[in-house]
Amino acid sequence: MKKNLFTMVLVLTAVWVCNLSAAEKTLQIEGSTTVGPIADAFTEAFSQAYPDVKITVTKNGSGNGAAALVDSRCDIAMMSRFMKLDEFTAAVDKGIMPVAHAIAMDGICIIVHPSNPVTELSLAQLHDIFTGAVKNWKELGGPDMPIVAISRDTSSGTYESFDHFVMRKDKMDASIEYVSSNPQLHSRVKTTAGAIGYVGVGFLDAEVKGLKVNNVMPSKQTIANGTYPMSRPLFLFTNGYPVLGTMSHKFCVFYLSEKGQEIIEAKGFVPVTKY
Amino acid sequence: MEYNKVQMNTEPKADNRSLALTALEDFKGFAFYHLGRFSLFAVSFSTVLIVLLIFFFVFQQGLPFFKNFGITEFFTSKQWYPEARKPEFGALAIIVGSIYVTIAALVLAVPAAILTAVFLSEIVSHKIRNLVKPVIELLAAIPSVAYGFFAVLVLAPFLQAEFGLSTGTNALNASIILAIMALPTIVSVAEDSITAIGRDLREASYGLGATRFETIFFVVIPAAHSGIIAAIVLGMMRAIGETMVVWMASGNANQIPSPWWDLTQSVRTMTATIAGDMGETAKSSPHYQSLFAIGIILLVMTFLMNIISEYFLASAGKNSRKK
Repeated sequence: MKKNLFTMVLVLTAVWVCNLSAAEKTLQIEGSTTVGPIADAFTEAFSQAYPDVKITVTKNGSGNGAAALVDSRCDIAMMSRFMKLDEFTAAVDKGIMPVAHAIAMDGICIIVHPSNPVTELSLAQLHDIFTGAVKNWKELGGPDMPIVAISRDTSSGTYESFDHFVMRKDKMDASIEYVSSNPQLHSRVKTTAGAIGYVGVGFLDAEVKGLKVNNVMPSKQTIANGTYPMSRPLFLFTNGYPVLGTMSHKFCVFYLSEKGQEIIEAKGFVPVTKY
Repeated sequence: MEYNKVQMNTEPKADNRSLALTALEDFKGFAFYHLGRFSLFAVSFSTVLIVLLIFFFVFQQGLPFFKNFGITEFFTSKQWYPEARKPEFGALAIIVGSIYVTIAALVLAVPAAILTAVFLSEIVSHKIRNLVKPVIELLAAIPSVAYGFFAVLVLAPFLQAEFGLSTGTNALNASIILAIMALPTIVSVAEDSITAIGRDLREASYGLGATRFETIFFVVIPAAHSGIIAAIVLGMMRAIGETMVVWMASGNANQIPSPWWDLTQSVRTMTATIAGDMGETAKSSPHYQSLFAIGIILLVMTFLMNIISEYFLASAGKNSRKK
């Protein structure tokens, strides 16, 4: 009996010590749903290279990411925009020094059915389509055909980006359809003559027609150099520049590696590196 | 003495265990009996407990929404913008959308299902019936996401090409798929209840000079009405609770079709709203609670339907026993 008790104490201590050492090998990542898929894929790559490191990715929006970094609740904040002045001030007041790492470029492409003669729309025209002010292609120089405007579901990062670039916080019309993934939106536009929708640049192909926005054709180049009006950098924020060689540092510079670039391209974003 | 002798004579090597149980054996039997009863009870009761817990959890998360925002906006406004700067929670279009696709699915499914049930139980030979019924029931085994893909990739382009609709993912598309999904439930239960109508009733009908058509439609179906209504309600529950298919096939536009009978416009249902919105909501936010409020409406609706179907199934059982 006494021996059993001793073994139990020993095992419990061992477990506790293991937890203690594991606690030093965790990485808390929180923030934007747009950056989330990249962080998830990075985490997957890391879990093979560093199996004993536990990385947690929480996707709850850029604002929550910033707040978590300010409160020291996370090691890395994912943000699809730069920090606002009041977030930055709040961080500095608490002795946190936010440092931005721009890991990729995000571009939203407008796609229509290949038979649609319209080749170009302005941001204002897109705004009118999705607020329901314009309901027929005739009004945009196309054929007399009702517009079927299709949006991504409101919980997606692509929706968040589109909302940021085009809607400017105005409400989408009640007649807008919603689909739950980029491939599904692509297949709906491909088969529907009057359809218009938006996807990440990775989903632009020959089966649908990408439109110029404000007279700029979406491509990896125009998105990467910022001439395409619906492109923006995606950030990771850390408290100060991470100490070299730490997990945090490795994670924040992973986008510079060839594997990192592959992942960013696979997720439909534009990498900042060229291998 | 006497007893030992008899045993020795007839079966020399028999087990000479006493018939009376020892105290330990007696206790063991008692313990196993009651343990067995208790564990079976626990397993069955856990199912009941799970249902109660689901009710409790959904109400616990959803009721604060009604407390904070009232019920007027929720049931009368069509403006569903839960993430806007000034959030609006008008679920009218969403509730109406669910009712729309459910009723349209039933309109499509019920005549076909009841005629199938009549055909299988009254007309066709036993051999073919045993072949056809499992195939119909196989429809229930197809995963709903497969139906959804069919709706988006096959049915939607077909509706656009054949009927010139501007959008193929609409209330009609969702209703057609839901009708197919509700078929096996309705056919199966309705067929059982028609078969359960006794031979005496049919023979009496024929004896009075009724034709086969008259017997089926004026005697057998009225006699089996409880079971058929229960079958329809069960199919209805299947349709209103279905999520993946309507999320993919209905288009999810937050509107009530105008004019109201125009099924070719896209609508959004309660289940699709919950499934589509839940991913982004922060826990315990008004948006999160509003989705549980929708869940309450859904739960109450299916609960009522369940009570109705139980009532009719019970009276169907009574009728067939009464004869």
